[in-house]
Amino acid sequence: MPYPEELVAPMRAELTSIGIQELRDAAEVEAFLDRKSGSSLVVVNSVCGCAAGGARPGVAMALQHENTPDRSATVFAGQDVEAVAAVRAALDGIPPSSPCIALFKDGELVHFVPRHMIEGRDAQQIAFDLVTAFDEHCTSTASS
Amino acid sequence: MGTFHDDLGELHGITIVLDTVDTRTIIGRCHEENDVHVVLHDADIHDSASDDAPVEEYLSRAVKFGHWARHSTLVIPREQVTTIRRLGELA
Repeated sequence: MPYPEELVAPMRAELTSIGIQELRDAAEVEAFLDRKSGSSLVVVNSVCGCAAGGARPGVAMALQHENTPDRSATVFAGQDVEAVAAVRAALDGIPPSSPCIALFKDGELVHFVPRHMIEGRDAQQIAFDLVTAFDEHCTSTASS
Repeated sequence: MGTFHDDLGELHGITIVLDTVDTRTIIGRCHEENDVHVVLHDADIHDSASDDAPVEEYLSRAVKFGHWARHSTLVIPREQVTTIRRLGELA
C-alpha cells in the first residue's frame, strides 16, 4: 500500500529539486530509456532510512562532480508501481531492491548500486562509488 | 549504521550473509539477531549440496547485483549460524 503522498513528496523533491527527472509511469520510463545514446542514471527512490541517509544525498553529491551522466531520472518504489516495474524490466536478471541506482551507457547497464551497497554507508561513500563510475563512463556534464 | 528500532540489534535493516553449520549459506535483510535466532526478511538460500553454482560464485553475483527474495521470512536458530557478515562488506 502506498504511503500518503504528503509524506513522500519531500523525498521526491530531494531529487527533482536538483534536476533529476521523475518518471511516474511505464511510458515515461520507456521513453527515458529509449534514449540510448550517451549515459543515463536511474535512481530507484524509496521511503526507507538508507534512501534518506545515503542514497538521495549521495546522488546529490555525486551529481556535483565534473563528469556526470547525460540525463538522470528517478522512480519511487512502492509509490509509482508501474514505473518501477518498467525500470526493473530494463534491469532484467537483476534482483529487485530499493533504493538502488543504475547507470546505463549507450543503452547498456554499466554500473549498478544495489540496496546492500547503500545501507550502512554514508552519503560520501555512495557518492564516491558513483563518481568513480561517472569518471569511467560519463565524459561530459549533464545536459538534461 | 542500521536503521531505526535499535532494540532489534545493530544489524536490523542490513543485508547479511549467514554461514551455517551445514551446507547452507543464507542471504537476507536482518530483522533481528540475538542469542536465540536470526530473523531474516526477503531471504535466499544457497545450498552447496544441491545448487549447481559454487557458493563463491553465488556470493560474487549477490555482491554485484543483490539477491533474490525467495523467502519472505526465515528464522534460523542461532546454534546453526557460524558467521554473520554484511553482504556489502564482501565487495
